[in-house]
Amino acid sequence: MNVTVPFEGIGASVRRKEDLRFLTGRGQYTDDLNRPGQLHAWILRSPHAHARLGRIGTAAAAAMPGVLAVYTGQDLAAAGLGGLPCGWQVTGKGGKVMAEPLHPVLATGKVRHVGDPVALVVAETRAQARDAAEAIEVDYAPLPAIATIGAATAPGAPALHDEAPDNICFDWEIGDAAATDAAFARAHKVVRFDTTNNRLVPNAMEPRAALGEYDPNSGEHTLWTTSQNPHVIRLLMGAFVLKVPEHKLRVVALDVGGGFGSKIYHYAEEALVTWSAAQLKRPVKWTAERSESFVSDAHGRDHVTHAELALDQEGRFLGLRVATLANMGAYLSTFAPAVPTYLSATLLAGVYTTPVIHGQVKAVFTSTVPVDAYRGAGRPETTYLLERLVDVAAREMGMDRTEIRRKNFIRPDQFPYQTPVALQYDSGDYEATLRIALDAADFAGFEARRAEARARGKLRGIGISTYLEACGIAPSKLVGQLGARAGLYEVANIRVHPTGSISVFTGTHSHGQGHETTFAQLVTERLGVPFDQVEIVHGDTGKIPFGMGTYGSRSLAVGGAAMVKAMDKIIAKGKKIAAHLMEAAVEDIEFSDGQFRVAGTDRSKAFAEISMAAYVPHDYPIDEIEPGLEETAFYDPKNFTFPGGCHICEVEIDPDTGEVAVVNFTACDDVGRVINPMIVEGQIQGGLAQGIGQALIEHTVYDRDGQLLSASFNDYAMPRAKDLPSFQVSTSATLCTHNPLGVKGCGEVGAIGSPPAVMNAVVDALRDYGVTHVEMPATPVKIWSIIHQGRSGADLPAAAE
Amino acid sequence: MYDFEYHKPSSVADAVKLLAADPEAKAISGGMTLLPALKHRLNKPTYVVDLSGIAELRGVRKEGDNIVIGALTKHYEIATHPQILAAIPALARMAATIGDTQVRNRGTIGGSLANNDPAADYPAAALALGATIVTDRRSIPADDFFLGMFTTALEPDELVTGISFPIPEKAGYAKLRNPASRYSMTGVFVAKGPSGVRVGVNGAAPCAFRQGEMETALTANWSPDAVAGIKQSPDELNSDIHGSAEYRANLVAVMAKRAVADAG
Repeated sequence: MNVTVPFEGIGASVRRKEDLRFLTGRGQYTDDLNRPGQLHAWILRSPHAHARLGRIGTAAAAAMPGVLAVYTGQDLAAAGLGGLPCGWQVTGKGGKVMAEPLHPVLATGKVRHVGDPVALVVAETRAQARDAAEAIEVDYAPLPAIATIGAATAPGAPALHDEAPDNICFDWEIGDAAATDAAFARAHKVVRFDTTNNRLVPNAMEPRAALGEYDPNSGEHTLWTTSQNPHVIRLLMGAFVLKVPEHKLRVVALDVGGGFGSKIYHYAEEALVTWSAAQLKRPVKWTAERSESFVSDAHGRDHVTHAELALDQEGRFLGLRVATLANMGAYLSTFAPAVPTYLSATLLAGVYTTPVIHGQVKAVFTSTVPVDAYRGAGRPETTYLLERLVDVAAREMGMDRTEIRRKNFIRPDQFPYQTPVALQYDSGDYEATLRIALDAADFAGFEARRAEARARGKLRGIGISTYLEACGIAPSKLVGQLGARAGLYEVANIRVHPTGSISVFTGTHSHGQGHETTFAQLVTERLGVPFDQVEIVHGDTGKIPFGMGTYGSRSLAVGGAAMVKAMDKIIAKGKKIAAHLMEAAVEDIEFSDGQFRVAGTDRSKAFAEISMAAYVPHDYPIDEIEPGLEETAFYDPKNFTFPGGCHICEVEIDPDTGEVAVVNFTACDDVGRVINPMIVEGQIQGGLAQGIGQALIEHTVYDRDGQLLSASFNDYAMPRAKDLPSFQVSTSATLCTHNPLGVKGCGEVGAIGSPPAVMNAVVDALRDYGVTHVEMPATPVKIWSIIHQGRSGADLPAAAE
Repeated sequence: MYDFEYHKPSSVADAVKLLAADPEAKAISGGMTLLPALKHRLNKPTYVVDLSGIAELRGVRKEGDNIVIGALTKHYEIATHPQILAAIPALARMAATIGDTQVRNRGTIGGSLANNDPAADYPAAALALGATIVTDRRSIPADDFFLGMFTTALEPDELVTGISFPIPEKAGYAKLRNPASRYSMTGVFVAKGPSGVRVGVNGAAPCAFRQGEMETALTANWSPDAVAGIKQSPDELNSDIHGSAEYRANLVAVMAKRAVADAG
């Protein structure tokens, strides 16, 4: 019998299941949820960047209409609450462990950034809570702000934390300093480069929200929160802050409207609503205002870096030296110490065969919002550094920008490739993605377009970035040695129901990625079950055994691999049942297209017949195996995955206004095997939009007093459709060699590869002005000043002061 | 927002009475500025007087050589109104660039003029076209109306009821948007009308202003090249994280040139 069914397995651009509810306004986000008897929280936040906290007068606020409670840091300390924990411990030079000052849920002693939570008000309505917060009297004794890395590391700078008198959290290094020095000693040329990777505010479309509830009968706490990883929140908040065991704490992340990293971390508000709900025996809800998001969601990037590249006469890279100052903000957020170190400095080889590398990272406390992983997390910073540096080197060597890259590429026959900075790349073909992108972008025909633009009075430039990144951070043993306080495996529980429909419980979480579709395609492909018979369940510690969540493009590479492992257990058990039913040897049972067949015969049993037999075990090998068909697998990867590729950007600059328009953008990315091409293209386009945003307009500006000047969308520029060209996106795969799907990850490549492509194009467009570097973002005023005032861009004031 | 009393009068007289009764009362038209301020608790009015129910504030009509636009006319209506498109197409084109679709369908010309945001579009057009702002009690020439940042010649209880624009021979507008807010970083409106050549500038300074040198140059020679060489002084221009005073001074010249080209 031949039945034509639409192909919905691996490689099909199946429409996203979840979009129906998202696009019709039926998504269920945390703020959509309301519980009976619910109260509302308002958080009083510090208006000062750095101040000593004196008396906090709460009596007037507590007496206001509708107010049930006002809590301060002292109340939480008295109740025995712990500080917000950091998930990584970096050990620096000489075995010195990082400074890890207490990060209190509500400030105690001092406030350390504008937005630092000072008091919690819980009232019947949100407006009442807010009214009462305004009645709280706080005695602040302002201290000097430490608003930038420069201010924090200046001689005599005031200390933010007693534990770090010089504001240095850690001073860490990687690679062989002596061997690198030796390489520089015999260099034909040394190219030097300084840059600041601009600080970004994540700005997920959905603001953070948290709703806590306590059941006095069971003693169970429930937290609904906007999280990328509910199990991690349960662990961090339960074990370290509230001291509630896992079986009495359920954390649920419903639909989440974007995260980009900012919803990985455990935040004070989660602990506040969970704890106060138990105190007051009523649910407590908090939802961020957009202005609160700006001063309380962990920011991204903010690295200041000096780099030196040694080259031989032919332009081969002999050695690389990099020293970075990384802004941690006021406190250590969950992942923060790992970002400039293990997610950044370990990528310093890039796609090149640089034989020796030495990287140093000093992490710095400042009186600003904590800084943590943001789409790409460390990898965009390193990629930007390397790909700008390579362009600067090409210019200084008088070499073509493609030639210098090709000369130094790791060749396909060199994999697995051991870098001098710890990582071993398993696969890649950088020449292939470069060639495809050059052709698609008509790189060869660019000079004609430049000339045509010049005739119109526009400055046109083209820029290339050839990059790689590391996803699915792992294995657990390695990350444990590096200082991770958790494992980095993933979990899948696959429950086959009697009729053969399937529920998949995954420890990853979707905040826009389309997991409900992509993961269902995996199951359809492997178990031969129709797509509409597969349900993906995520985001509830009450349903899912465990999980580490979604970040670092890990969901498919790690979570998908766990699903494959669990499905293989299902198939193995199914074969035993099928062998029994068809009176054949297990070894003779083959499984494909949803059919268990006896090899070499026409005898077969459909998947649903086997699942029914498992649950109605009348005729069943009950002595050998248990009834039921449900399997769980934990998958701990053998290595990172290494996506990479080539991005080519073409810009036109209006010299009269300094405006930079991205007129063409071409990307050819190697993300390994592609499960759903439409979703992958969407992920890459979204990443490109963020990368172009960082390169051209996004900029977080603190003034000297530590006030955030870019604290709303009036002053913080987000990329819009009008700022973006119609992208030319393609993929060219080499498969990951160590996971069962051959997948690498696609969520971050767009944001990682694109900023240097844009900036290389900007510098190229300005080449007639003698410009060798432009710092991000390339705003109109900056470009105009470079053209008309001969300024380098680096010397422009970051803020009006 | 804080609590306030909400009133929705149906006549200008009633609205003015309410505003006169309490100095802390606020009139609301489209609410594109007042509503965000209320939500941020930056404003604590006693009464909010909603003008949307006042029919006499609506409508666009041609009166002799003037286009008279009711204060409650929305940006979208100005952008698409056949009489405005025929008589002062530059004004319609300008209205089409304000904010986004939602803003253009809420925000009103009367509200924008009375608010006098330095980065709003209309003040430059009112100055360049030599408009007259009509209130419940008098007519105020645009030259006397815009006094400073968010400051106008209006009395606290005085309501803009309409704006009268003399129909120009030609007019044009060009602006550079602030990359973040998309308000005008600097915009220039040029017009050649019954009272001669006039050039209005927005976004560059704390208040919209007329550029006299450019008016003289364009009177002698109406062409983009006539203004291209004129240097606007950066003194007293705005300087912020988006643009220095020098940059805005440059934009005055660049946008003036483009506005003349736009006017044809």
